[in-house]
Amino acid sequence: MPLLELQHLQVRFPLDGGFFSGPRRQVHAVDDVSIQLEAGEALGLVGESGCGKTTLGRALLRLIEPTGGTIRFDGEDITHLPASELRARRRQFQMIFQDPYGSLNPLLTIGQSLAEPLEIHGLGQAGPERQARITALLTSVGLHPDHADRYPHEFSGGQRQRIVIARALAVEPRLLVCDEPVSALDVSVQAQVVNLLQDLQRERGVALLFISHDLAVVEHLCQRIAVMYLGRIVESGPARELCRNPQHPYTAALLSAVPTLNPETRSNRIVLRGDPPSPIDPPTGCPFHPRCPVAQDRCRSERPALREIQPGRWTACWVQGE
Amino acid sequence: MPLLFIQDLEVDFRLNGRWVRAVDGVSLAVEAGETVCIVGESGCGKSVTALSVARLLPEPPARIAGGRIDIEGRNVFELSSRDLRAVRGGVVSYVFQEPGAALNPVFRVGVQILETLRIHRPQRATQTEVVRLLAEVGLADPERRARNYPHELSGGMQQRVMIAMAIATEPKLLIADEPTTALDVTIQAQILDLLKDLKHRLGMAILLITHNLGLVGDIADRIVVMYAGQVIESGPAAELLRSPVHPYTRALIQSVPELGQTRDRLRAIPGTVPQPGAWPIGCRFAPRCPFVQPQCHLQAPPLTHSGTDPAHQVRCPVATA
Repeated sequence: MPLLELQHLQVRFPLDGGFFSGPRRQVHAVDDVSIQLEAGEALGLVGESGCGKTTLGRALLRLIEPTGGTIRFDGEDITHLPASELRARRRQFQMIFQDPYGSLNPLLTIGQSLAEPLEIHGLGQAGPERQARITALLTSVGLHPDHADRYPHEFSGGQRQRIVIARALAVEPRLLVCDEPVSALDVSVQAQVVNLLQDLQRERGVALLFISHDLAVVEHLCQRIAVMYLGRIVESGPARELCRNPQHPYTAALLSAVPTLNPETRSNRIVLRGDPPSPIDPPTGCPFHPRCPVAQDRCRSERPALREIQPGRWTACWVQGE
Repeated sequence: MPLLFIQDLEVDFRLNGRWVRAVDGVSLAVEAGETVCIVGESGCGKSVTALSVARLLPEPPARIAGGRIDIEGRNVFELSSRDLRAVRGGVVSYVFQEPGAALNPVFRVGVQILETLRIHRPQRATQTEVVRLLAEVGLADPERRARNYPHELSGGMQQRVMIAMAIATEPKLLIADEPTTALDVTIQAQILDLLKDLKHRLGMAILLITHNLGLVGDIADRIVVMYAGQVIESGPAAELLRSPVHPYTRALIQSVPELGQTRDRLRAIPGTVPQPGAWPIGCRFAPRCPFVQPQCHLQAPPLTHSGTDPAHQVRCPVATA
């Protein structure tokens, strides 16, 4: 049984207008997404900004209410669980955001910030036992126990992101949703945080949903990758295979746009034309066809469904993977 | 004579009542038609160096504490405000990271380009020229785009508008400070291609500021690596990327994952980037350096030639010994 199973998940946001301006329009931020995540697995979710990857990450934790589909966590349908019951389940799944400056309360010491989740979930006795837990948490993310008495402004971005990870770990979650956790960090400290997440997944068996636009980091960290375009998954599969032999033209273009130090890779670059289309007015047929280098007539009129072309490899493209 | 020549530049900032050094003795040159990239992490002084070229830093809180910057042989620190204005429009143009913040939200983009032309190239301030410029930077349907407001354009299109505005004055030097950092990787590739293409067609020099070493291999003729306010390595791009010498440059290249690599763990650089005002004495990278020697903590190393190429300079006596 997968740890997390999304079936036909859908998130629609109403747009301004309506009443006088005719029927209310909607943005299909997440459109019919089905994914599974096994316990202890790392799944990368990649795509350009506006593709719905962040909305998907939040909707599966019910930080945004989905408008359709189901979310199963450890076999239990949590899609419509009332807030009171959801809170107890939240111990199992935690989230880390991009901006480590915005996600720590500047008025609390690090120790107080780490104690909060323990208090809320009633973990450990207040006093020495909790102190010991906090010390262990700080050590586990490579910080010094003395840091508990300091305030967030005394730390660099990379250190803050470790503190945020420590706080998420405080409740011993089974799933960590990481939304661009290293994008705001200096290049030289990004690797520290990526290595830390890798250790958590391998040594503690924490499952990761790693949301990022950086395919090189995702390939390094994750076992599987799902590529999103305009609210839908367009390709998914084992990380190495997907990066070595992409089946969807969008994946191929994303891969070739990754900046590289290798001059041979650079010379064969596919540069996509145009911008991602708006999810308010998605193109007919395959949503990628206006930018696709291999689009055919059928792609302009009929939307390709996600289908399994090899065991474990899925793609939504008429042209490739025939 | 190089187009841009910076020598021993020192810039301070007023912070909590004391002067804190942000740029500490930076020297570099950009020849006409050449692309030079300054690479470094936040706080290394790369943006402050770039802004000093056209004296765009607000003074105070900033102050030029020493050194000189010559553009076409003239020291910008000695120019009158009138001459400085001629430099800003005529010789040097800038493109910044956030195109959304750099465009005025209440004017159509065509009007904003026209304004630039009126000030610096009044004889060519026409709608035709605006449309030609928008076409030049690869915007489809330039007549319609000229009538758009900034919010009607995507980030990539906004950056193209900024570039159109920057090249409107036919600058000899385009300074681009993290021009693709706020953009998606697919759009980033488009903008880099555009910059390369414009450089060849218009023959202008580019000074590109970035934290992403992966980008520079694509575009740079020469690379300048900065750390904690200083140049720690500089040289021809191909040579520097193929055989980096300074432990920081090497660590920076190795810490970034490459696609298709089978390395099990990333080689992280321990510690954090020191902030201005808290730079170590001696070598500033010493506390994080895997090859550190006792003398590294005591003596500030000078920039010296490395290897056979006289243009390759490194600030590390241990690595060049």
